[in-house]
Amino acid sequence: MEEKINALRAALEQDRAGVTNSSQLSAFWQKYLGKTGEVSGLTKALREVPKEDRPAAGKTINLFKTWVEEQYQALAAQIAKKELEEKNRAEAVDITLPGKKRSQGGLHPITITKNEIVNVFSGMGFEVYEGPEIEDDAHNFTRLNVPKNHPARDMQDTFYVAEDIVLRTQTSPGQIRVMDAQKPPIKVLVPGRVFRSDSDATHSPMFHQMEGLVVDKGITLCDLQGMLDKFCQELFGADVRTRLRPSYFPFTEPSVEIDVSCFECGGKGCSLCKGTGWIEILGGGVVHHKVLENCGIDPSVYSGFAFGIGIERIAMLKYGINNMGLLFENDLRFLEQFKG
Amino acid sequence: MKVPYSWLKQYVDIDCTPQELEEKLFGCGFEVEELIDLGGEISRVVVGVVTKCEPLEGTHLFVCQVDCGEEYGHGLQILTGAPNVYQGMHTPAALDGSTLPGGVKIKAKPMRGLPSNGMLCSGEELGLNEDLYPGSEVYGLLDLPKDTVPGTPIQEVVGLNDYIFDISLTANRADCNSVLGIAREVAAVLDKPLKMPALDYTCSDYKHPDLDIRVEAYDLCPRYLGHYVRNVTTGPSPAWMRRNLALCGLRSISNLVDITNYVMLEIGQPMHAFDMDTLESCQIIVRRAKEGEAITTLDGKEFTLSPANLVICDGNKPVALAGVMGGLNSEIKDTTTQLLFESAKFARDSIRKTARSLGQNTDASSHYEKGICEYTTELGMARALHLIQELGVGEITASAFDCSGGAPRTGKAFTATFSGINRILGIDVPREAVLDILRRLSFEVKAEGDTMEVVAPRWREDIEIGEPDLAEEVIREYGYDHIVPTFLPSAQVTTGGLNPDQQRRAKLKRTMCGQGYFEASTMAFYADSDLDALHIPGDSPLRKVIRIINPISSNLTIMRSLLTPSMLNVVVNNLKKGNNAGRVFELSNIYIPKELPVTQLPEERLHLGLAAFGQEEDFFRMKGDLEALGEAFGLTFDYERASDVPFLHPGISAYLICNGEKVGWFGKLANDVTEELDLPKDSRAHQNIYLGELDFQTLMAHAAPCLKYCPVSEFSCVRRDLALVADEAVTCGQMVETMKKACPSLGQVELFDIYRGANLGEGKKSMAFSLRFMPCDHELAPEEVDRFIKKILGDLNHRLNVEIR
Repeated sequence: MEEKINALRAALEQDRAGVTNSSQLSAFWQKYLGKTGEVSGLTKALREVPKEDRPAAGKTINLFKTWVEEQYQALAAQIAKKELEEKNRAEAVDITLPGKKRSQGGLHPITITKNEIVNVFSGMGFEVYEGPEIEDDAHNFTRLNVPKNHPARDMQDTFYVAEDIVLRTQTSPGQIRVMDAQKPPIKVLVPGRVFRSDSDATHSPMFHQMEGLVVDKGITLCDLQGMLDKFCQELFGADVRTRLRPSYFPFTEPSVEIDVSCFECGGKGCSLCKGTGWIEILGGGVVHHKVLENCGIDPSVYSGFAFGIGIERIAMLKYGINNMGLLFENDLRFLEQFKG
Repeated sequence: MKVPYSWLKQYVDIDCTPQELEEKLFGCGFEVEELIDLGGEISRVVVGVVTKCEPLEGTHLFVCQVDCGEEYGHGLQILTGAPNVYQGMHTPAALDGSTLPGGVKIKAKPMRGLPSNGMLCSGEELGLNEDLYPGSEVYGLLDLPKDTVPGTPIQEVVGLNDYIFDISLTANRADCNSVLGIAREVAAVLDKPLKMPALDYTCSDYKHPDLDIRVEAYDLCPRYLGHYVRNVTTGPSPAWMRRNLALCGLRSISNLVDITNYVMLEIGQPMHAFDMDTLESCQIIVRRAKEGEAITTLDGKEFTLSPANLVICDGNKPVALAGVMGGLNSEIKDTTTQLLFESAKFARDSIRKTARSLGQNTDASSHYEKGICEYTTELGMARALHLIQELGVGEITASAFDCSGGAPRTGKAFTATFSGINRILGIDVPREAVLDILRRLSFEVKAEGDTMEVVAPRWREDIEIGEPDLAEEVIREYGYDHIVPTFLPSAQVTTGGLNPDQQRRAKLKRTMCGQGYFEASTMAFYADSDLDALHIPGDSPLRKVIRIINPISSNLTIMRSLLTPSMLNVVVNNLKKGNNAGRVFELSNIYIPKELPVTQLPEERLHLGLAAFGQEEDFFRMKGDLEALGEAFGLTFDYERASDVPFLHPGISAYLICNGEKVGWFGKLANDVTEELDLPKDSRAHQNIYLGELDFQTLMAHAAPCLKYCPVSEFSCVRRDLALVADEAVTCGQMVETMKKACPSLGQVELFDIYRGANLGEGKKSMAFSLRFMPCDHELAPEEVDRFIKKILGDLNHRLNVEIR
């Protein structure tokens, strides 16, 4: 028996070297550990061993069987590893081939900018109101303290669709509509399309504005600057400052132009700010008493401020767009730059 | 508006540099658009004295030795071709490395082999003209006075050491539309006294026996002053007057005409002078023109007038288009001996309408359009008469006329409080500062305690309501840098943010972006031709459009009734630029008039427009995009053929139906429309363009108001695939519907393949479906599913003649 086992051990060690894949591994198993394999052959042969030697022989056979199984396990692990490596190698891809994607679209830069502005003011408690784009003369002009024959009407070249119906020239009529419907406290934004009969590199017959209105007790010019400081810092960076300077709008008194310190050069002067260190960003002022009165709000009790932002202007500043026309050409090579 | 620095200095002792003044003006509301340094382009050009001058034989040149003073050299050799050069001449010498207006650079370089250290200059080469500096337009070198010192920079000698402030005025400050007007502001901001221009004059005793002036339309002419001047002598104006006119860009014509222009620039009052010799009668009437009445203005243009136009008549005929331009028939000429000065206030709007409708915009009309106050009208007349006297060019008679519509001749008076001003500003401006500022701005103030009685200066017609006006006056002088930013310390808390409708719009846009669409932004107006291009018939409701009365161009004339033309234009423009595939959407209003012509605000409806183009696109991709959009809002759609949409392919288009209501349509652009696109002929045919348009409000009316959890079955789904053979005419929708009806447990049916081949037979197709059975109360046994399949196949065969493959 001992000899037989030694012979088998030698044969197995020889066979083992020849096993390189799973089918050979399976044959190996069949040969040694299968039902009719060598190990079970040894067990059968045990019958021929004299009875008194059987326990010792059985033990030897069992030891041998365990050894064979170990050999098999080691071999199986080795082959599994090798085959996995081969499979992985075969399946490997050229990771530099182009990626496959479901192409993502994108919002228009005007919408992105509008959303950004709305987000800043929403956090300060502003609602959003959108009024009609075709307006009557009363809302667009008269009730905003721009009576007929007022020189301010010349500031804006108006499109008319009837004698007293216009394409709104500003989002300011939204102030009137909000104050008609709602009493203070009021904090509202009025974004929207506006129309003026003007077209060149810096003007489009249609463009977007965002009106802001706050009416409550004790609102002052200081609050206007305070709020717009915060707005500009959110939009252009924490270290920008604002500057007020006198201006004129019929529906605010005092009226101001608000400049922001140049976020490109920090106020030293560069091509963006034309060397002045300041960028004109929006107009505003203290809501005119007549406008409040026109909406049934008592100016001796309430006061407010209003401001108007040109959304295109902000978008152009933010993205470095130098021609307003690009915003309305809808060239996909342009739009695709504003994904996500 | 252009204001010369030197002219300004006649009224205010300015003790700061022009640059500092620019800053101060900016701070108080007057933006200087450009500060023009008149001699700024000139450098290294100095007074030179020609000490020796010899002709260079065989040429037209002269070899000059020029004394340019200690700094630049006493004996510089400069060659010149100017014939008027002479020994002892003082003339501008442009030295080596100098620059002249227009960026001309002068270098020392030899001429005919002789060194020449620069160039001697004419007046024109320095940018001068006869009005700016007499003698400038002489042919040849500028002959400077003999008292000029060699080496002096030329700007100082010829008056080019001056600045022009080009100031942009806000619409409320018409009172500043003159040199005097700006001078008032400069005096206030510098706290200097204002030296008024001389306004005094003496009248002779003579009174014209017949001259009379009558205003028949005070609504258009609230004030009309006339003054008769006789024995006038026309001639050139004095140099100071010509120079000031020239600095403001006006050419000198003759003393009488120049006086009217000078007063307009200085005081801000447009003046007119009629040649009395040419008037048919001495009855001046200011009235509305008669229908069809004609006038030929000074510039020789003829106009036919209407009662909307105001005219000045001599009893018979118009002699001036009021506030716009005088008539050719009464023009001041060299032969004029007697004249009538007019200084008037005309209604702003009437002048504007006349100037616009006749296309005749003049300096005078532009002043009137901005607004003239009666104070200015009075000042203008006095100043013109003073100038007649100062120049000694006429006899100011006692025939003076003042026609007034009766407006008060006082400034606006009101009561205000110091505390009220500070409440608006949010800071405490000291009482003394408020009083000082108002004094500087010529407000009359009587203060007692917190209250003040204020009278605004007569020229400040922009002052309307008291305290807010005063707050603005105070802060623009006190300085906006005193404003301390605060953040609504006293305001009540409000909740902000988007309302549900606004949130849905934002979500819709995000969903479309997720489907690969880019948001477009197109004009809200287009032209009839854009509807024509889509073959929209003349009687279609889409042709009921709102027209713009005054369109800016012929392709932007109507408010859109459909987004699709805009979307198609985006596609075509992209194709033209070589972008041969893409997807765009827009969420925008269309405009539906309630009646035509429009008498009330129209309905504005939000539409979603879609366009997808390129070889990759097909009907089912857009359908899938819309289904994805539907899923985002809990919507499912049914489809109906949209063969009646004129611009869509009748076989590749569908209406989108939501709970039985049409919410929009989509499909392939019709072949005949595609053939006509504005694209190169050879590229039209193979364009593959899909369009869609949905009514946002209608769509959202069906949207699930909010999501609700629906219990998930605890039992497993069972999936089976079926390959079915059907006639071509049988639609997928019919088959799915039949299957679902046949078996209530059938949850989802998805088509995953279509096959056509000879082995199926003519007119047949094979369709492979994946079926998902969803049990609700027990696990499905395989036999049960088999029964379902059997029933489904039976129904399909019975109803649609469909067989299992």
